[in-house]
Amino acid sequence: MELTLWTYEGPPHVGAMRIATSMKDIHYVLHAPQGDTYADLLFTMIERRGQRPPVTYTTFQARDLGGDTAELVKRNIKEAVERFKPKTLLVGESCTAELIQDQPGALAKGMGFDMPIVNLELPAYSKKENWGASETFYQLTRTLLKDKVSSSDKISPLRWKKLGRRPKVNILGPSLLGFRCRDDVIEIQRILSEQGIDTNVVAPLGASPDDLERLTDAEINICLYQEIAEATCEWLKRNFGMEYTNTIPIGIKNTIEFINEVHNKLDLPLTNKEELEHKSKLPWYSKSVDSNYLTGKRVFIFGDGTHAIAAAKIAKEELGFEVVGLGTYSREMARKVRATAKDLNVEALITNNYLEVEDAMKKASPELVLGTQMERHSAKRLGIPCSVISTPMHVQDVPARYSPQMGWEGANVIFDDWVHPLMMGLEEHLIDMFKHDFEFVDGHQSHLGHTATKAKDFISSDDKKEKNSKEGIIWTESGRAELTKVPFFVRSKVKTNTEKYAILRGIPEISDETLYDAKAYFS
Amino acid sequence: MSKVEFNKETGPREVFCGLTSIVWLHRRMPDAFFLVVGSRTCAHLIQSAAGVMIFAEPRFGTAILEEKDLAGLADAHEELDRVVNDLIARRPEIKTLFLVGSCPSEVIKLDLATVAEKLNKRFLGQVRFVNYSGSGIETTFTQGEDGALKALIPLMESSNEEKLLLVGTLANNVEDRFKKIFRNIGISNIESFPPRQSTELPKIGKNTKVLLTQPYLSDTVRDLKHRGCKIISAPFPLGIEGSTEWLLAAAKAFKISELKVLEIISPLINRAKLALESHKEILKGKRLFLLPESQLEISLARFLHNECEMDLIEIGTPYLNKDLMKEEINLLPDNTKIVEGQHVEKQLDRVRESNPDLVVCGMGLANPLEAEGISTKWSIEMVFSPIHGIDQAADLAGLFSKPLRRNQILTTKTLVKH
Repeated sequence: MELTLWTYEGPPHVGAMRIATSMKDIHYVLHAPQGDTYADLLFTMIERRGQRPPVTYTTFQARDLGGDTAELVKRNIKEAVERFKPKTLLVGESCTAELIQDQPGALAKGMGFDMPIVNLELPAYSKKENWGASETFYQLTRTLLKDKVSSSDKISPLRWKKLGRRPKVNILGPSLLGFRCRDDVIEIQRILSEQGIDTNVVAPLGASPDDLERLTDAEINICLYQEIAEATCEWLKRNFGMEYTNTIPIGIKNTIEFINEVHNKLDLPLTNKEELEHKSKLPWYSKSVDSNYLTGKRVFIFGDGTHAIAAAKIAKEELGFEVVGLGTYSREMARKVRATAKDLNVEALITNNYLEVEDAMKKASPELVLGTQMERHSAKRLGIPCSVISTPMHVQDVPARYSPQMGWEGANVIFDDWVHPLMMGLEEHLIDMFKHDFEFVDGHQSHLGHTATKAKDFISSDDKKEKNSKEGIIWTESGRAELTKVPFFVRSKVKTNTEKYAILRGIPEISDETLYDAKAYFS
Repeated sequence: MSKVEFNKETGPREVFCGLTSIVWLHRRMPDAFFLVVGSRTCAHLIQSAAGVMIFAEPRFGTAILEEKDLAGLADAHEELDRVVNDLIARRPEIKTLFLVGSCPSEVIKLDLATVAEKLNKRFLGQVRFVNYSGSGIETTFTQGEDGALKALIPLMESSNEEKLLLVGTLANNVEDRFKKIFRNIGISNIESFPPRQSTELPKIGKNTKVLLTQPYLSDTVRDLKHRGCKIISAPFPLGIEGSTEWLLAAAKAFKISELKVLEIISPLINRAKLALESHKEILKGKRLFLLPESQLEISLARFLHNECEMDLIEIGTPYLNKDLMKEEINLLPDNTKIVEGQHVEKQLDRVRESNPDLVVCGMGLANPLEAEGISTKWSIEMVFSPIHGIDQAADLAGLFSKPLRRNQILTTKTLVKH
């Protein structure tokens, strides 16, 4: 049993709903009690969808349990098929139905329908949402393409040359409730088409079962979100020989590397190499003199695997930040996140507990947090600016404007989204500097105003506690006065370093001079 | 009883389960913690319905069952013990801990009553443990509150003191207003259940006169009756009419004359009628369809027809206790159609066929209906907003007139080109 106050991911059947709702001509019969319909609001409220998810909930009740719940399942399947006339039927269970073992998938298969039926077995007590989405997409693709496996020759990435047409690729992974997927797809298709590459199928977002059946018309697959599509890409590779990409085109360097990877796989000459550096404003904005203040900013990153890894690379290599924390809630991506963390010389945080993330954030004393909506709240409490880079989705993560994370425009969006909260941070600094001037009117503060003040209170109350700390270090009046002159965003770091120095040297009282001694020592 | 048409319907439902009521119960009793024993689905449901990210540490959580817990029951009990110990060590300010059963815990027959009993012994004098079920296989939405209150009744001491007991969660400001009105009428000994602190449970007995503030408390009422409490039969205090009847019924139980009550509340009624006018102008003659969710549907329909002159197409309710709802049903116009239960697809067919001006429904259905050109009002807002009482009648009407007013604004050309 695990105590959970909040969870980054829903149960696996919500992942299955993401696939079903992303697609057309599919219906999902979910053996579930009343209440599980809450998941509909994730789509209709957060994504503002104007259609209900294509899901029928069997709605069994306690009184049904003594009787024939299997009959209830069959009745719901029959009604759903008659009413919605899907081209492919998904059948599965939520957590409670898993316990009563009616095997709805097997029941559906015995009902004599002529459409493909996918029996989804998603273990609700050990797996989570992204795994459920991945498994559903994989099972669906497998069901629809398995008849083609034996008859088909391996697909060569160079087939397009023989066929005398432009190369074709599939874009796999984008789904509803995925972070900015809607706009990433447009951006990536635009980039590919500029390079003379056609998109065969985008799936699951907007695809029908017919589209999945013609996945093999493409030469290679673009694996856009590994959490959702890697298992499917791997299966297509094993059974049809289709190569797939593993560079995620978030950030300038990765977008260029992605384009190179696609060209290499297709053996397509890259003719506009020099142009690529100038497709986004990020490189110049990052180089411009105003961005000097970004250098070495301490940034803490937490999110799904795909976005956390990409953010670390952009932060380090494209904006010149210092990554002081990196983590993910995606267990399936833990290996990759650990490898990236190792390169950055930090320890990866793999957890589903947001309080652990908040603790790690506090300890790392970052100047910017890149996280999920939950880290936005944690950062707000700590008075640290934050930008959201990852699911779980919030209505604010589905903006009306075009706002991708991938490709050239994605890099522009990221520059603005990450740097603007810091501008506010700089503004805070100025307010802090000028607040003793008589012209300064209290209340003229940015959106971080009150929380930043709270953060200062937190530090000063910490100071008081520190007086009685077990190390027995005392801050003298001159030391405390000097500490308040240090800009707030480095104050806690200066404080920690000075105390570290004092312990090291056996200095019992910290004066203003000790502060400068410590500064010289650590510089 | 007026000639109301009753129907029952079964099939797939689109409603919340009883766990959702934790969202307002934990706010009512800030010294209590609600620990759901369930699955990741339960945790995800509550956080999705409540948008809990704003809390550093909410006063509710889920002990998520894992595969190893399902293997053997003894393990599950020990595991729950461990989780509770951790929780109490972390949150020493908790005075009452509700162990809330869920669909999976009910299906595996996890005996939360026994667990609560053991924990009560261990934490005697520090934390009290009670258990109830908020599972979807047994409860719908507001019925979770019914379960939580019923679970507290055995902890309430006996007293033969004469008192008025308001039963059902109210917004604090509304509760204060009611208490003031009752005192002005001449009823001074008034208590509320649930109380604002879980440890300050009212004492009850044969001179306790129970006045329900919410219509979804069937089980609680039954147990209060067993303890000797008298239940005052009245419509519910929504709108001017319902609130007036409700106050009069209470006064009658305390042998206070109708004249005295009317003298006190007449100015309030006049003020409220005035405030209601602008909303009535918009709502008058508009056709209303209520989908089932909160059990408030019948009272809302009565208010919207009798005081706002809306036409009622269909009133859906997840559960109908004809006895508790008797006074409400009497106030409904003839030929009103009430449907208990739901077949969501068939009901939506009827919504489309009847072409309503406004549909009251859950959040999962609202935007899809809006996209079809049908105006909606979320039913969940009724349990989060202060809507009870004469003073709130116009605010209550405002919840329904707003979507219609919005349509009017967006479809009217206001500014001319200069």
